[in-house]
Amino acid sequence: MTSASAPAPVLRLDRVSVTYPGAERPVLRDVDLDVPEGELCLVAGPTGSGKSTLLGAACGLVPHLTGGELAGEVLVAGASTRTTPPRDLAHLVGFVGQDPVAGFVTDSVEDELAYAMEQLAVPVPAMRRRVEEVLDLLGVADLRDRPLRTLSGGQAQRVAIGSVLAAGPRVLVLDEPTSALDPGAAEDVLAALVRLVHDLAVTVLVAEHRLERVVQHADRVVLVGRDGRVRAGEPAAMMRDHDGAPPVVELARVAGWDPPPLSVRDARRRAGPLVERLAGRRPAPRPAPGRDDGPPLLRSRGLAVVHGRGSGAVRAVAGVDLDLAAGEVVALMGRNGSGKSSLLWAWQGSGPRSGGDVRVLGDVPELGAAGAGTDAHPCTTAPRGRRPGLRDLLRPARRPVDGPDAEGRRDPGALAPAAARALVGLVPQTPGDLLYLGSVAAECAQADAESGRPPGTCRALLDEVSPGVPDDRHPRDLSEGQRLALVLAVQLAAAPRVVLLDEPTRGLDEGAKRRVGEAVRALAAEGRAVVLATHDVELVAGAADRVVVMAQGRVVADGATAEVVAASPAFAPQTAKVLAPEPWLVPDEVRAALAGEGLPEGDVVRGMS
Amino acid sequence: MACLVVVARRPDAPHGLDLRAYLVLAGVVVAVRTLFRVLFGGTALGTGPVVLDLPAVPLPDLLSGVTLLGPVTAGSLLAGVYDGLRLAAVLVCVGAANSLADARRLLRAVPGALAEVSTAVVIALTAAPQLLDSVRRVRRARRLRAGGAEGVRALPAVLSPVLADALDRSLALAGAMAVRGYGRTADVPRRARRTSAALLLGGLLGTCWGLVGLLDPTAGAATGLPVLLGGALLAVLGLRLASARVRRTAHRPDPWGAPEWAVVAAGAASAGAMVLAAALDPTGVAPSTTPPAWPEPSPLALAAVLVAALPAVLAPRPGAAPRPRRTSVGAAGTARPAAPAAALRGGAR
Repeated sequence: MTSASAPAPVLRLDRVSVTYPGAERPVLRDVDLDVPEGELCLVAGPTGSGKSTLLGAACGLVPHLTGGELAGEVLVAGASTRTTPPRDLAHLVGFVGQDPVAGFVTDSVEDELAYAMEQLAVPVPAMRRRVEEVLDLLGVADLRDRPLRTLSGGQAQRVAIGSVLAAGPRVLVLDEPTSALDPGAAEDVLAALVRLVHDLAVTVLVAEHRLERVVQHADRVVLVGRDGRVRAGEPAAMMRDHDGAPPVVELARVAGWDPPPLSVRDARRRAGPLVERLAGRRPAPRPAPGRDDGPPLLRSRGLAVVHGRGSGAVRAVAGVDLDLAAGEVVALMGRNGSGKSSLLWAWQGSGPRSGGDVRVLGDVPELGAAGAGTDAHPCTTAPRGRRPGLRDLLRPARRPVDGPDAEGRRDPGALAPAAARALVGLVPQTPGDLLYLGSVAAECAQADAESGRPPGTCRALLDEVSPGVPDDRHPRDLSEGQRLALVLAVQLAAAPRVVLLDEPTRGLDEGAKRRVGEAVRALAAEGRAVVLATHDVELVAGAADRVVVMAQGRVVADGATAEVVAASPAFAPQTAKVLAPEPWLVPDEVRAALAGEGLPEGDVVRGMS
Repeated sequence: MACLVVVARRPDAPHGLDLRAYLVLAGVVVAVRTLFRVLFGGTALGTGPVVLDLPAVPLPDLLSGVTLLGPVTAGSLLAGVYDGLRLAAVLVCVGAANSLADARRLLRAVPGALAEVSTAVVIALTAAPQLLDSVRRVRRARRLRAGGAEGVRALPAVLSPVLADALDRSLALAGAMAVRGYGRTADVPRRARRTSAALLLGGLLGTCWGLVGLLDPTAGAATGLPVLLGGALLAVLGLRLASARVRRTAHRPDPWGAPEWAVVAAGAASAGAMVLAAALDPTGVAPSTTPPAWPEPSPLALAAVLVAALPAVLAPRPGAAPRPRRTSVGAAGTARPAAPAAALRGGAR
């Protein structure tokens, strides 16, 4: 699908196949791809499909660093990665991995930007000039003297991009640059990338699951299939029938727009007729069968969390009063560092808590031999003001189990871990931290033993959340989605009535994300309270009943999803932006309304398709 | 004096705050040294009036020659204190150097040939806290599962995610460094490479031999200073040659100007004056313990100590307006070690 007038390709893959050692079939199969100078090329596809391999091949890390066998030829600005090691391609192609912080070599922003040029022996005056240029291009000039470890996620990502850009490469390769970022920070990073493409004619190859963020800026979309084959073409044409296209495209299918618009702006310009058809209709109310208005399952009052002490103390959560009702899905949103994770950990009882009260309703099991210790976590048991030392970390202090209060609620922070997890289950941001055994079956058996459940409980739960995870697979070899499902099943084995998920859709593809949404709704339907801390506005729009927005450790908004989300420029889903000020959040609601299931308001029902 | 310099010119960085720990350690050293004097054989050494008359406890034959306790004389006590003070001074100097100089900045000053080693050290310095973070995260996550195991049996549960994490991160780092050109070398003929390797090896051997000769009087005077100097020369030549193979530039080499020279001069002057004073008038530097006497330092020794304090005024104030940088200090990135550390050699005597 290359147009005739396209400039000469700066990146060319010629019948490339990659096979990793021990694998039965190639990850990439016969890939032919030409990327001309100055294009932003989006690589999409399900997890495990070989997106990262394609990126690695483009910058020479595959197979030089990763091993494996590469057939065919990759040419970067005429240089073959077959004969040139990545270090000698540094001035031609730059690469930023999924975790930019892991790639930092020095400890301050300016040094990091200069590092690549130092390696390339760029003369000092030229180096100085280019460092300044990069600082301005990426909008990080005010960070120049900052230590790298103090940067926020979006800042670190931009510095990482700058550090490879400083070497003056013609191709920039980025692996999921925005998936860990909040919407605002993602906007900053994308704006910087677009500027590089427009102003410097840098060719950008970017892999991203969050298509709704990137596809509108792309000149070309490359879809990597599960079979390792690759299709490339115009974004609109590629998105037309792509499974897992962004909501604007979904909306276009509902409304019958073709070719589909890729940005909210384009969609709005064509939305006039759709808005007319929808006039007078309202989205069907969310089915929330499990929701009851009885006493809340979790009640927190004046909850405060302070990390560190002395002058370095950071107030992560500053007095949060929240109740969680049975059967509701609550989305916890806010910038990176607004205290979402700290709040979840404090609710669960495993994280530090410096003030306030948490009470959770639920049954605490009679503790058997497994996990019967009465250990409470050092952070919660240590007297306020004393920092837990190394000894505490190795062997937690002991403290008697608290009794329930008048309404039968207990404080999970004062309970033994086994009891606390029967009240509140938490799936942390890096679910892999909880897994340490050699196979899925072993993890499941261990979870059953820990929770005092009959054997097979965890496995059954896992099959409910994500069917077909092989028993003998090593947890580290699972896909991101499967690993998340396994950890969720492990936590559900203890039968907590409050389930907390921290960034559950990070690194998940569209299909896995949809399954997380369904699983969350199912948990709520069983009468649990589910909390999602997330940046994923589309997940929130589809799955949450209620949204709580945090900023600087405080709750700044709390209400029904439609009310909170539709009004916010940062957190509104694409459908809401297109159809504002009407209260539609997801394309499915629009589809249902057009099919006549919406509730007509007033007497006049306008024409339906 | 070391303390004075540190307090006056301490940088506002995490590594600039730990002198207190060294001071405590120095105090402990003095106390322990003195205590040992009291415990083991006050009789053998030192004269003067008996301060504390303790009964001597002879030990069994196995440890003949060692007596526990015994009368403590003022002389032996003083000798103990002086010994302790000497060690303490060394400790405080090391601590002061540690809190003044940034290890990373020192590493930036190594010759080009060793640049890759210094990168490895910098990464190790960053990796340690990251590893600790990772251990803390996994420990916290473990409570979520309430695994029953504790202590040693809990090790696999903590170690396996942490190690997996560390492995992932080091691969990511290796990739990030490779694509930024780490390890690029210029084409150098094989012979030149061999010559530089031979020179380096010979230089190292010579330096070691010379040091042994210098420190061990029985090795003979001939194998002392000359061999050391020759070895050092060889090593410098080897490094020079090897550096030609590495093409790197330094973004912001540390400047070396008048203040740096002044600080080094103060250190050297102080050390020289001290040596001179010791040669002219031994009791002015090392007060007599037999019989015990008030220390009466000679004017020269006093002056040496005062000179050692000069860097507190001479060295530039950290965080003050940076002086204009010199445009380039050699393409191989050879700025000199951070200045204050040099001054400390003379400090705290």
